[in-house]
Amino acid sequence: MIVSELKPLPATLDYLDGEQNIFILGCRGCAEASKTGGEAQVLEMKQVLEGAGKRVVGHTVADFLCDKALVKMKLYAHEQEVLAADSLLVMTCGLGVQATAAVVDRPVHPATNTINLGGSRGEWRGSERCLECGDCLLDYTGGICPLTACTKSLINGPCGGARDGRCEFEPDVRPCGWQLIYERLKKTGRLDEMKTLLPPKDYAKMQPPPSLRSTILWALEQKEPREAGLPR
Amino acid sequence: MSLAEALKNGKLVVTAEIAPPKGVNVQEMLENAELIKGKVDAANVTDQQSSVMRLGSLAGCHLLKQKGLEPVFQVTCRDRNRLALQSDLLSAYSLGITNVLCITGDYVSLGDHPSAKPVFDLDSVSLLQAAKALEQGKDLAGKELKGSPKFFLGAVVSPGAEPLEPQIIKMEKKVRAGAQFFQTQGVYEPAKFEKFIRASQYLGVPILAGIIPLRSVAMARFMNRAVAGVHVPEEMIQELDRATDKPAKSIEIAARLIREVRQLCQGVHIMAIGWEKRVPAILEAAGLA
Repeated sequence: MIVSELKPLPATLDYLDGEQNIFILGCRGCAEASKTGGEAQVLEMKQVLEGAGKRVVGHTVADFLCDKALVKMKLYAHEQEVLAADSLLVMTCGLGVQATAAVVDRPVHPATNTINLGGSRGEWRGSERCLECGDCLLDYTGGICPLTACTKSLINGPCGGARDGRCEFEPDVRPCGWQLIYERLKKTGRLDEMKTLLPPKDYAKMQPPPSLRSTILWALEQKEPREAGLPR
Repeated sequence: MSLAEALKNGKLVVTAEIAPPKGVNVQEMLENAELIKGKVDAANVTDQQSSVMRLGSLAGCHLLKQKGLEPVFQVTCRDRNRLALQSDLLSAYSLGITNVLCITGDYVSLGDHPSAKPVFDLDSVSLLQAAKALEQGKDLAGKELKGSPKFFLGAVVSPGAEPLEPQIIKMEKKVRAGAQFFQTQGVYEPAKFEKFIRASQYLGVPILAGIIPLRSVAMARFMNRAVAGVHVPEEMIQELDRATDKPAKSIEIAARLIREVRQLCQGVHIMAIGWEKRVPAILEAAGLA
């Protein structure tokens, strides 16, 4: 399961600055289990946004936002609302945000930071990947992750190594992540986001938080033998 | 005169690149330095260029400085994390090396140690931010320094990149992060370079046009195939191919490029890549020596 936590509200409201009509998209998968993007949290967020003077033009919860086909199908039923929205606030992991960005021509904003897989891996198909870095940057990068889409994980723009839009590392396989980000930002009229000067990344946030390490399994492995006086 | 002063004085600045040896025999590097001493305003020492393991840039800069040549310390983010990068910047300053060129660096797969673990903890923009923080007496963790350095910070840009816009956006970020001058990727098409100069003029920073002498037709073709943002026009390759004295033609082409771009920018940066010995001849042919 992919564990996520809600970003601090000021950060989320900051992302939505200048936008009035918002569509909220949640996820019935890991986000619901993380209590960051289930039905309840989406409705809560709706209230919060309306309290902050925004208009929530629609909201829904998809089964698995990491699956682009499911996202597209789900949003199809809400087409008019999505078209009426200035942007989508996506309450799920980095994969879900990227999958959503890939299927709608609207700016998407991440409402959460993806912290860790919590020890298990699911199965998803797609080019979107998430490093669970704990400090989601997808708002600045058009919903394409610079940590996974750029071979060098550059967060401030392209290196000089790309050729014809392909990455210097594996040109046959990889497009330049920043070329994709540039194109997406341009297409959604948000190229100014690319000028955001991001400070060095806090890689300490990539470590799983202690709360995730204290699972029953962990406790059994670490504590029980010691307490029972068994050799470890 | 320092590089910063030379640029401030509005003189057409010339810098050249010197590659440290793969090994500890620095004789040739020092001979090359001697050849260009007095003819260039500063010399860059490359930092494991193209991800090929070599003697370090910091040591190379120190040796050049001892020889009386103003060094530019090239620093890439590929091989060191923020601790090592900041430490090297402090070390450089303590040795009197103040010109620093902040680069992201090629990916390790391009070099001779493709199995290495790439770092890229910082990027070129945040490396500039780190240098600025050190100047302000603090490191990236916000800790106080015992004595702070003062640098003349440079960065690179690829004027032939397509599309150009993301390069200019990043260039602007580099300026905001502290870049005071730019050295560019190799230029072979002055018209395209002029377009770049016009698009980046608003930034108001000095730009040194990159000049890479074409050692051979094969090299020109290789660059067109493998080097990002570099395009040698076919006519130029043909011109070199037809020449009977190829080295002389190569020098002539480099000198011609210098004459064509010098009006557009604040100087030129010559990257001889193995042809360091011919830099004086190029400068002479361009009327700069």
